[in-house]
Formats: sequence, C-alpha cells, structure tokens
Amino acid sequence: MLTRRVLHRLFRCAVGQINKRQQSTQQNLLISGHINAPLTNKLQFLFPKDRPIIPVYRVLETDGHVIDETQTPSFSDEQIVKMYKDMTLLSTMDELLYQSQRQGRISFYMTNYGEEATHVGSAAALDSNDLVYGQYREAGVLMYRGFQLDDFMNQCFGNLKASCKGIQMPVHYGSKKLNFVTISSTLATQMPQAVGSAYAYKRAQNMLCVICYFGEGASSEGDAHAALNFSATLEAPVLFFCRNNGYAISTSATEQYRGDGVASRGPGYGIAAIRVDGNDLFAVYNATKAARDMAVNEMRPVLIEAMTYRVGHHSTSDDSSAYRSIDEVRIRDKRDNPISRFRKYMTLRGCWNEEKEEEWVKESKRSVMESFTRCEKIKRASPATIFENVFDKVEPHLQRQMKEMNEHIKLHHDHFPWTQYESM
Amino acid sequence: MLGASKELCGIRRLAHFTFVKDQPDPSLGQTKEMNLCQAIQNAMDLTLANDHTAIVFGEDVAFGGVFRCTVDLRQKYGADRVFNTPLSEQGIVGFGIGTAVSGATTIAEIQFADYIFPAYDQIVNEAAKYRYRSGNLFDCGRLTIRAPWGAVGHGALYHSQSPEAQFLHTPGIKVVIPRSAIQAKGLLLSCIKDNNPCIFFEPKILYRSAKEDVPIKDYTIPLSKAEVLIEGTDITMVTWGTQVHVLREVIQMVAKENISCELIDLRTIVPWDVDTVCKSVVKTGKLLISHEAPITGGVGAEIAATVMKECFLNLEAPIERVCGYDVHPIPHTFEAFYIPSKWRCFDGVKRLMNY
Repeated sequence: MLTRRVLHRLFRCAVGQINKRQQSTQQNLLISGHINAPLTNKLQFLFPKDRPIIPVYRVLETDGHVIDETQTPSFSDEQIVKMYKDMTLLSTMDELLYQSQRQGRISFYMTNYGEEATHVGSAAALDSNDLVYGQYREAGVLMYRGFQLDDFMNQCFGNLKASCKGIQMPVHYGSKKLNFVTISSTLATQMPQAVGSAYAYKRAQNMLCVICYFGEGASSEGDAHAALNFSATLEAPVLFFCRNNGYAISTSATEQYRGDGVASRGPGYGIAAIRVDGNDLFAVYNATKAARDMAVNEMRPVLIEAMTYRVGHHSTSDDSSAYRSIDEVRIRDKRDNPISRFRKYMTLRGCWNEEKEEEWVKESKRSVMESFTRCEKIKRASPATIFENVFDKVEPHLQRQMKEMNEHIKLHHDHFPWTQYESM
Repeated sequence: MLGASKELCGIRRLAHFTFVKDQPDPSLGQTKEMNLCQAIQNAMDLTLANDHTAIVFGEDVAFGGVFRCTVDLRQKYGADRVFNTPLSEQGIVGFGIGTAVSGATTIAEIQFADYIFPAYDQIVNEAAKYRYRSGNLFDCGRLTIRAPWGAVGHGALYHSQSPEAQFLHTPGIKVVIPRSAIQAKGLLLSCIKDNNPCIFFEPKILYRSAKEDVPIKDYTIPLSKAEVLIEGTDITMVTWGTQVHVLREVIQMVAKENISCELIDLRTIVPWDVDTVCKSVVKTGKLLISHEAPITGGVGAEIAATVMKECFLNLEAPIERVCGYDVHPIPHTFEAFYIPSKWRCFDGVKRLMNY
C-alpha cells in the first residue's frame, strides 16, 4: 500500500516534469527522419555506460528452487519429464557421436553441451507448426519435436536415409514434417530468410510465427542487421532467439561486440527485447511463450537473448583448450548446468528420483547405441544423387554430365568405394 | 552509315544500337503497344492478379520504381503485396528466399544489377543450393530476382554492369535476359512460374526505347531455349540483351558484302541452350560471340569452350569474342570506346571471314 502511494507520488511528479518540459520545448521539437525529438541546448553524448545493463530474467535458481511461484509454467509431470528426457537424450547422443567422430566413423560433429535448455525450453513454448530456422546448435528443438534418433544418425552418417541424402556435412539437419528448415553452414543467412517466411505467414493469416536461432557471433554478420531491420519495418511475426554462449569458436564475446550484448540492439531497431538465463528452462520457456503471443497477436518481431555457456568445443575440428582454460569450462559447467538445474527442480517437485535417473541413463544409452549401430550399416545413396535437386528437374547439361560420370565409373569401377554406396 | 541510329539521337548522346521490333505471335491474340518497362509491369500485374500469394518488393518499388516498372501495382493490389524494403540488398534477397520457402510467389527487385553483390552470398550459397542441400525438403523455386542491367550510355562503373557471368558459375539458379518488350514479358512470366530461383536482368537502355506490340494475355516463352532470329550460312553470332540489336545492324552491314550471318539470341544464360548454338555452328563453321561484360571469364568463354569441344571438326576459324575490355565496366566518359560496338563486331566478322 505504502509503495503504491510512493510510486503514485513519484509518478505524478515525473509526469508534471515531463509536461513542463514538453510545454517549454513545444516550439523546439525537431521532426526529421520521422523522429519527433526535443531540442536541447546541452552538448551531451549518450554513452553506453549511462544506460542500465539489461537484467537477466530467471525463474529457476541454480539449486532448483523457484523464487516466485507465479512464474512457474503450468506443466504436467509428464511434460516436465519429457523435456528432461529430451535434454538428456540429446546429451547422450552428443557423447556417442562426438566419440564416433574421434574414431573417424563420422566426418564431423558439433555438440550441444550447456545449451540444452535453450533448445527445449523455447521449443516447448512454440506451436508445433511454427517454422524453425536454426544455425547448427539447435538439435534439441528437433529432439523436442520428435525427430528420431535414427533421423539424427542417418544425417550424420550421410546415408541414403538422411534428410539431405548425404549431400551436407553432419549436424545439418532438416525436417519438412517437423517444420525445421534445413541447416546451412553459412552464418546468419537464415535470419533475413526467417523474416521472409514470417511475412508470408502474416499474409497467410495462419496465426503461426517463425523462430530464428543464431549465436552471438552470427549476430555480427550483415544479415543479422538486415533481418532485424526488415522484421521491424515489415512487421513480421518472428522471434529472434540468440544463444549467447560467450564464444564464437575462439573469439570471446569481448572481441565480438562492445555494447550490452545482443538484447540491447533490439530497441535500436524498434524491437521488443528480453535477456534470459539460458540455463533456466523455465525462464527460456516463459520468455519464448510471451514473445510468441506478442508476435502472433501484434504482428511484431521479438528478440530474446539467452545467456548460456558453450561447455563443449566449438566442433570436432576445434580444441577449445587452445583459447580457454579447461578449468574455466569445468567450473562453469559444475556451477551451473541447465540439465542438473532442471533435475534438481524435478527432484524437489517429486517427479524424479535416483532410481528413475539410473534407469533412464541406461535406457537412453541403449537406444542411442542401438540407433547408431543400425544406422551405421545403412548404405550411402547412389552417386547419381549428386545430379538430383540442383534444379527441380535434371537439366540437359546435367544429364550429359551424369552420363559422363556413368561411363567413367563403368571403365574404372574398381577405383570407387562401392561397398559404402548403392550402385548406379 | 549512322542514319538508323540518328532517329534515336537523344539530348545526351547517340545510342549505340537501333531497336528492331519483333512481330507478336498472332496465336497470342490481342496486343497493345508497350515499351520494355510496361511489359515488365504488365507481367507482374498479371501475376499479382492471378496468384494471391504473389508479392513484389525492393527499394522504392511502392511508388512505381525508379524505372517505373512497378507503377500502379501498389494501388491495385495493396500495400502488403507491393512494398518498399529497407535499403539492404542482402536483406532483400534473404527475405525473398524466406517468402519463397513459405510458399509465396516472390518477385524481388534489386535496383541496379551493379548492386546485386551484397546479396551474392544469399544468391550463391543460399538460393541456389536450397533444394539441393535439403534433399528437396525445402526450396525457394518461387523466387525471381529482377534487376536493371547493362550499358546505358553514361552509367559509369555502377549503373552499367552485366554480371551474368558471376552467376553462370553457380549451379542451381537460372539467369535470363530479354532483348525486347515481347520477350521480356514472356520470359519474366516463365521465370516467375519456374520452380527454380531465377535472376531476370532487364536491359535498362531498352526500358523506354524498346516499344512494340505486346500480347495482352498471360503467355510464356520457354527458358533455356535460344532463338534463331536471322538465318544465315557463313557465321553464327551469339549474343543477348541489347547486343542482339547491335549484331542485327552488323548483319545488315556485312550483308552488303554478301556475308550471311545467323543471329542467335541466347535469352537464357544459365542453363544455356547448347544444342541450338552447336547446331548452327555445325552449319556455318564460324562463331562470333559478343557481350558487354569484360571478356575474361565472361559467358562467351564458356560458350566458346563448349562449341570448340562439340564442333571441333566443323570449325573453320578460331572463335571470335567481341566483348567489353578487362577494365571496370564502364568508364564514364569512355563508354563509346569500351563497348563492343557494331564497328568492333564488324571487325570481328572480317577476321572470321579472312581467316
């Protein structure tokens, strides 16, 4: 009651001052570039340090407690367990596929360690028909939507059952059925594309939105700027979801930008923005859900910056100990891991225990192993595949080149690794 | 000698070509006189009318476009279908890929072909590879990028370029260039309806000057099909865009000396019509290729290499390429010296005949 009165008084005072200032500057307003700005006689620059740092929204404390119960999303125990299983299954799969790359059984891999909650928390807040554009570290979104272990494995092995038929590198997943646009290696290119798709959705009036994931490194690309600006002026229902994990390969965030992270850029483009604790599944979920509501109901873009930490190496081609200490990683991971935080919450909630954990660890390891063994045996597609899908039809010049390849292969059949491929 | 082009003599300078009208195909019915710019507008008008997903956007298209190609479309079809974007080419093409991925018929405008390069990554790494890399799960086949193209007399370095060769080397996109209003409408409608991302380059010097009777109905001209415009027996000439008209005049010039040339408008640069070109060279035994873009790494090099392989036994002289020089196209006040003019092409014909 008291606070309310104080607030009211403060408010009245502030309003009075604003009114007074407006009266005195009414004739001193400058309208230019569609900005209606007061004139000032003070030579005063706006310094970044003068602006408050955007706070990090958190629901779950690191020990699994919820401080403000009103912020707990209304999930059933089954939903909670499903999200936990998705995160941990992803982690188990990461471990096996990471090791399999080390053994040379797949050519490349990128783990999702430390960022699992950003994937699953945001995916859970979306409609399953919302379109997803990712960067490459968003496998948890697919896991949540029902991409099967075999789907992941097939893509990484590049076999004939792979979504891309072995055309792209591992972890470049895609699923039409699950509305997950195929990943490409080029950073940030998906960002203006996501805006375009969102615009088409707006015109189709399908009450869906588009979510676009990217890292803080990718946010430095020109395409990120284009996307944010287009989304605002064209009023597209798109959610920009930035995973700020502190590193773009070896480049730390201090070398990436000097502003207040990525969220602070939102208002500059006229975009609503929020910063969340990316290791807190509930915070990610709440922010994404509220953002989705705004995007779909108000036809506007929203920017979410999820603060997290890249626990794994950048990829299997990277040894991150060359630019950050192993201790740093260990300490960060131990102090705050999204999966263990969520497990602590589940234990407190009473829907999870040691016994269930043990059982699940065994079961998840077994299914990952089984899937791996199964998919490793599947052959790669016929080499003729390389001529398909360049265009919608195999154009005459490609037919000629396919014929040339055929004839060459016939002559030198023994020099090709046929055991791995379907014959032509 | 310059009598024909005197008619086109503007305030600024002499045009380097004489536009020759095509006769409309009578089977396409009623026609209306349109210049190339109006034919383009008409193609988009028909598209917007027949396809409710279709959208047209780019820098300054809302008020009708800096070349007036989108005039009246916003009033007719609404601000959500014909709209301005912020000034960012990478944004325009990226956005267009996205709308196409989600099923919208997408017509994006890049204000000058010279400014397409900020979108090069989106075109080459994204649009061109979309279907391929996803195993046909996703594609942006409904995307068409239009851009004014080619020399204009005084456009200098950044209002003159012919960047088709930059895209020739990229599997997955189609590149199309018309020579006239009738061609522009039919080829643009084909690009829009084609299920692959297309780049449609519009010779801007023809926007106003290329006036002819264009069928008013919705019609298409097939892609990847060259057109034999003039039949001949001594030399095959291959070109596209404005240069078609330059070569038409060269053919008249050399006809006086009883040299018979076959003129082919390539129309689609990628994937190009190898068969029509080779069939002609088999007949004539000589080939002259001409384009405004610089000679090294130009589209002419690709055609020459292919024809040499396919028609080695028929060739009676080295293939002649009459193109722009390897300087930055086009040095402002020196345009007359830079372009592969009818006189330079005339010399090329002489070299072929005297070999």
